[in-house]
Amino acid sequence: MNNTSPNFLTSSIGKKFLMGLTGLFLIVFLIVHASINASIFFNDSGTTFNMLADFMANNFILHLIEVVLFIGIAAHVVQAAILTRQNRKARPQKYAVQNSAVSSKWYSRSMGLLGTLLLMFLILHLKNFWVPTKMAVMEGVKDHHTFTHLIDIFSNPIIVVVYLLGLVSLLYHLLHGFQSAFQTFGLNHKKYTPFIKALGFWYSVIIVLLFASMPITIFLGLIK
Amino acid sequence: MSGNMNLTLKIWRQNSGKEEGQLITYPVKDISPDMSFLEMFDVLNEQLVSKNENPIVFDHDCREGICGMCSMVINGRAHGPKSAITTCQLHMRSFKDGDTIVVEPWRAQAFPVIKDLTVDRTAFERIQSKGGFVSVNTGTAQDANCIPIPKDDADASFNAAACIGCGACVATCKNASAMLFVAAKVSQFALLPQGRIEAAARVKNMVAQMDAEGFGSCTNTGACEVECPKGISLENIARMNREYLAANCKD
Ligand code: HEM
Ligand code: SF4
Ligand code: FES
Repeated sequence: MNNTSPNFLTSSIGKKFLMGLTGLFLIVFLIVHASINASIFFNDSGTTFNMLADFMANNFILHLIEVVLFIGIAAHVVQAAILTRQNRKARPQKYAVQNSAVSSKWYSRSMGLLGTLLLMFLILHLKNFWVPTKMAVMEGVKDHHTFTHLIDIFSNPIIVVVYLLGLVSLLYHLLHGFQSAFQTFGLNHKKYTPFIKALGFWYSVIIVLLFASMPITIFLGLIK
Repeated sequence: MSGNMNLTLKIWRQNSGKEEGQLITYPVKDISPDMSFLEMFDVLNEQLVSKNENPIVFDHDCREGICGMCSMVINGRAHGPKSAITTCQLHMRSFKDGDTIVVEPWRAQAFPVIKDLTVDRTAFERIQSKGGFVSVNTGTAQDANCIPIPKDDADASFNAAACIGCGACVATCKNASAMLFVAAKVSQFALLPQGRIEAAARVKNMVAQMDAEGFGSCTNTGACEVECPKGISLENIARMNREYLAANCKD
């Protein structure tokens, strides 16, 4: 048998590997992100939070990680766009009747849509926090007052609602994505898969609740 | 006869791959609940022929669930409302008197319509020809019995080999992905020592052909596994992903 296969990364399975890898990387990032943000719950007028934010904004290694993070997100989104386009093309003529609900969950069929919502949220989120901090760093400001900024932003009910909607998209994206990544890597095992699925479920629920609790408590004035 | 049913069928008619098709409504009367779905089509076709109309073209062969020819999407599900069977194994008792039933062909860019409900599934054969076989001499039957194989592996290989190439997985998948089919064909050999020799080239070549045919990629929705008449499981797709990664790491 001759080997007639093209490049790994241009194959459908290769692209999925990259999606899964970047997805899992983002999942790990979310843990770090949520943990640092949770420092607002010390409720110490943002002393700990500002300290961590300053540290993040002025640390070389973290800048490197930031670059990797952006590359990761870009790779995930680009592959998502390519794959979703190819998948659409694979069925040019739709069914007149399709009873999809009996064989799969709606969110597993809506990863492209959920991802697009996430991307829109991400852009807003960067505009809210990342851009102002970057500007401040460039202007040479040492004291960022990120905490005051945070309280300002989340006093706007519209922003709070948009953030909560973004988190709902994240919840469903992760409910499918977490376990899907392991299947993509070839990890499907009678003993371990139920564990991975449970872990994915609890990870998604906990991370989303933790994130959601931040704008809500700030909006309600519980964090000062 | 009492208990017989009158139904309204909406069936996809398309003269050729080059022409547009559409759903045409046909009433059928006095259908026995004990008929198979295909026998109901035979009755309808006899009516059409007696009226000098073109009979509906549909694929079928064994009519006992082993050849995989009877491709139809019935009311939005591959092979109809029951799981784990083919269309020829579907009985009219699964429907109620007065029901409207919509019947469409498999829809995928890689399975173009030939006529009406018949699609061209030779894309599967081209994938098979890239590696769905063992080209080394494995000896005679008693030689095979001399190679000890763990029972679990033998069972998993046998289960994968149950795939009849019907294409329901492709028809069901939102991406028209052929991963379950290809994974079954790859797994069947990957689990046995006779198949290991060519395992790396096999998985790479078959996946390359699968991509070239224009099937979509897998998003792990799991719909294929639910609609597969032979119960081919998602574990096979994971195994193929592993095999594919390992084969690519080798070079
Ligand atoms: C924090 C952000 C994100 C995380 C943690 C995340 C995580 C994941 C994970 C783990 C997967 C599963 C990969 C696999 O099945 O191998 C996935 C798939 C996917 N993601 Fe994301 N993602 C994020 C953002 C995005 C964004 C911004 C987009 C889109 C523009 C997107 C679009 C997709 C798509 C289309 C899939 C493919 C679905 C599938 O194959 O099942 N994701 N994501
Ligand atoms: S995997 Fe199942 S649904 Fe797909 S071709 Fe084989 S038997 Fe048919
Ligand atoms: S006609 Fe052979 S499986 Fe249905």
